[in-house]
Amino acid sequence: MTEQLEPQGDSPRYTPLRERHEALGATFTDFGGWQMPVRYTSDLAEHRAVREAAGIFDISHMAEFTVRGASAAAYLDFALAGRLSAMTVGKAKYSLLLTADGGIVDDVIVYRLADDDFLVISNAGNRDAVREALTARVEGFDVTVEDVSDAYGLIAVQGPVSEAILAATEAIADVSVPWAEQKYYTWASATFNGKPLLLARTGYTGEDGFELLVDAADAASLWDALVAAGAEHGLVAAGLAARDSLRLEAGMPLYGNELSREIRPAQAGLGRVVVADKDDFVGKGAHVPADDARVLIGLTAEGRRAGRAGYPVVLADGTVVGEITSGALSPTLGHPIAMAYVDPSAAAEGTELFLDVRGTKIPATRTALPFYRRKK
Amino acid sequence: MTDLNTLKYSEEHEWVAVDGATATIGITDFAADALGDIVFVELPEVGTDLTRGDVFGEAESTKSVSELYSPVTGKVVEINDAVVDDPALVNSSPFEDAWLIKIEIAEGALDGLLDRDGYVAITEG
Repeated sequence: MTEQLEPQGDSPRYTPLRERHEALGATFTDFGGWQMPVRYTSDLAEHRAVREAAGIFDISHMAEFTVRGASAAAYLDFALAGRLSAMTVGKAKYSLLLTADGGIVDDVIVYRLADDDFLVISNAGNRDAVREALTARVEGFDVTVEDVSDAYGLIAVQGPVSEAILAATEAIADVSVPWAEQKYYTWASATFNGKPLLLARTGYTGEDGFELLVDAADAASLWDALVAAGAEHGLVAAGLAARDSLRLEAGMPLYGNELSREIRPAQAGLGRVVVADKDDFVGKGAHVPADDARVLIGLTAEGRRAGRAGYPVVLADGTVVGEITSGALSPTLGHPIAMAYVDPSAAAEGTELFLDVRGTKIPATRTALPFYRRKK
Repeated sequence: MTDLNTLKYSEEHEWVAVDGATATIGITDFAADALGDIVFVELPEVGTDLTRGDVFGEAESTKSVSELYSPVTGKVVEINDAVVDDPALVNSSPFEDAWLIKIEIAEGALDGLLDRDGYVAITEG
């Protein structure tokens, strides 16, 4: 028998930091069509470094869109679920891109760069869907949407000593807002080796931290500069595995796990993101879930056996009332945590719930999200 | 240090150290590396009879769950509680501190297991 070659899909994509990851001995995994580092040394060590000191992540696979024009703010109010026009220049805001029938195309972060200039950052795997949706919604607005994903590298530095690391990175200069005055969910402009750098105080780990947007051509030298400055502060390179366990502890949804076109925002606990009294926006009216729609809850358990995505949530008699969307043994808390969609009746206070872990029923306690909250 | 050339191996990435009628079983460094950080290990009770290929436990890493397959037939005579208490031993010391179970082996139980070269060859495939 001759071996059949697997059909070749789109060839894997690499970020501008590929050589850095290879030099660090990273294990790669496919993520939204990108070959991304899943870990360099140890998931747990990288996770702990972010909680205790800092981690540096390559997130260049994420997609960036510019939204510019006299009616950019009004356009975003129509295209997204939030009221982006109310956001002042210098701020960032978490928002949702909805389908006409109220499902979630993607979750995004919007930065207001100027009155008529916004930056939208979306998930890598949804780049095409976001571009299509944003482009399809421009009619009647004086606005230009451009996919600039390939032009930029995006690096996250996350953890309690992030600010100290960035402040110590000499090639970063001309910072427009003093470090101590940069609040969470704001951005500042700066230069890196004399070229424009966007410093956003945002992230996906539950820690203080920054996301740095630079020209793709400068991403590797920015990575090097941050790694050099961070060495004495305990900065380590961290991969997607740590990113996933960190965001789960922080109760942050992941598209494809907690969010999808079949999920209405309120089901995911994101009802507050939708400004329902706006005059008009895509998904208006349809964004409200049915009364019997499953809702996202947090669950904790004792011991070390974690429920994982796809495992059932059951009642004492074995009746399936939900499904885990993300689950892990929390590295920080030391016990299993999970997010799950459950029937509304099962979400009621006092309901005894169990994780069905490969046939073993493990008692679970409903827990408010996030599981982990950083100390201020 | 264990001389890895003295061990037998299964294609499922378990190693077997034979001392008389007792086989000590663990998982290889290759498997431990592939799994990532091991956070949970479940082992059978002493006295369990295992037939080669039976699932005798689970190793759970931060990202995945793997069943452990017995590479030999026989009765479990000892389990390593230390690795249940501290699953990270599988990553730090797969061939020594993180042995998993000891089996009193039946006759002919070692037939078909790989030697070191044979095992390395399949991991490089």
